[in-house]
Amino acid sequence: MSAVEELSCQELVELVTDYLEHALEPGDLRRSEEHIAACGKCTVYLRQMRQTIMVTGALPGGEISAEAEQQLLQVFSGWSST
Amino acid sequence: MRYGRQVLDRDDAALVAALRARDDATFTQLVREWNASMLRVAQIFVPSRAIAEEVVQETWLRVLNALDRFEGRSSLKTWVFRILVNTAKTRAQREGRVVPFSSLRDPGRVPESAVDPDRFRPEDDERYPGHWSSPPRELPEEQLLAAETQAVVERAIAALPASQASVISLRDVQGWSAEEVCNALDITEVNQRVLLHRARAKVRQALEDYLAPETG
Ligand SMILES: [Zn+2]
Repeated sequence: MSAVEELSCQELVELVTDYLEHALEPGDLRRSEEHIAACGKCTVYLRQMRQTIMVTGALPGGEISAEAEQQLLQVFSGWSST
Repeated sequence: MRYGRQVLDRDDAALVAALRARDDATFTQLVREWNASMLRVAQIFVPSRAIAEEVVQETWLRVLNALDRFEGRSSLKTWVFRILVNTAKTRAQREGRVVPFSSLRDPGRVPESAVDPDRFRPEDDERYPGHWSSPPRELPEEQLLAAETQAVVERAIAALPASQASVISLRDVQGWSAEEVCNALDITEVNQRVLLHRARAKVRQALEDYLAPETG
């Protein structure tokens, strides 16, 4: 029975990060690729995940406040004068 | 996708030499580049942003004082972040906080689903066990980079447990490699991926809820 080998959608969503990180074992990689190729819903899920990474990657990195930078520079100049 | 937000292109030896020569421009450059990441990592261990800022300050002082002992066996970044983690752990103990080591070391111990199990057909479904019953909904491409969408993602990251928020911030916001995150936090590749998986899954859900809400 080949169904034993096949991944369900619920199993596939748990492998998506390992899939995107190229961390799947060959067997799981093959099963994941077969599942994605045959399943439009999981194809949408995978696309959503790539979109999520893209949107997260476009966030501003977080600027340091002028105050915090000033405090750190004081740490540096205190050390510099030693 | 962007790899590496890094503006620094000088090698570590040159950076260390500049710091040892008391070059405050180099110091400022490092502080600007790493501050957001340092705050994120500190907040895995300490309870507030204010204490995290103090931990970052204390870390820099330790880094500067130890600079003559930096041997270049790891990258400067890894070395600085290891000192940060140690400083944050010490501070957390002083604050009487139980340090959530397990959230970094053993994140898989508590199971967590990437997607609400109710969105799948039950195990005993006759034809399609574990297949989508409430399938993922297409996200409108043109709204992905809108400011409102970014705010939704920021809020979703802010709501994550600190260990997950740190890993997704370092990997996906700051553009660090998996190896850099593992080295800086001293965690295994598997644990790094578990934390990233859970973080991304929740951010994905927040995006779907906002951009393609369930109808009816
Ligand atoms: Zn599927």
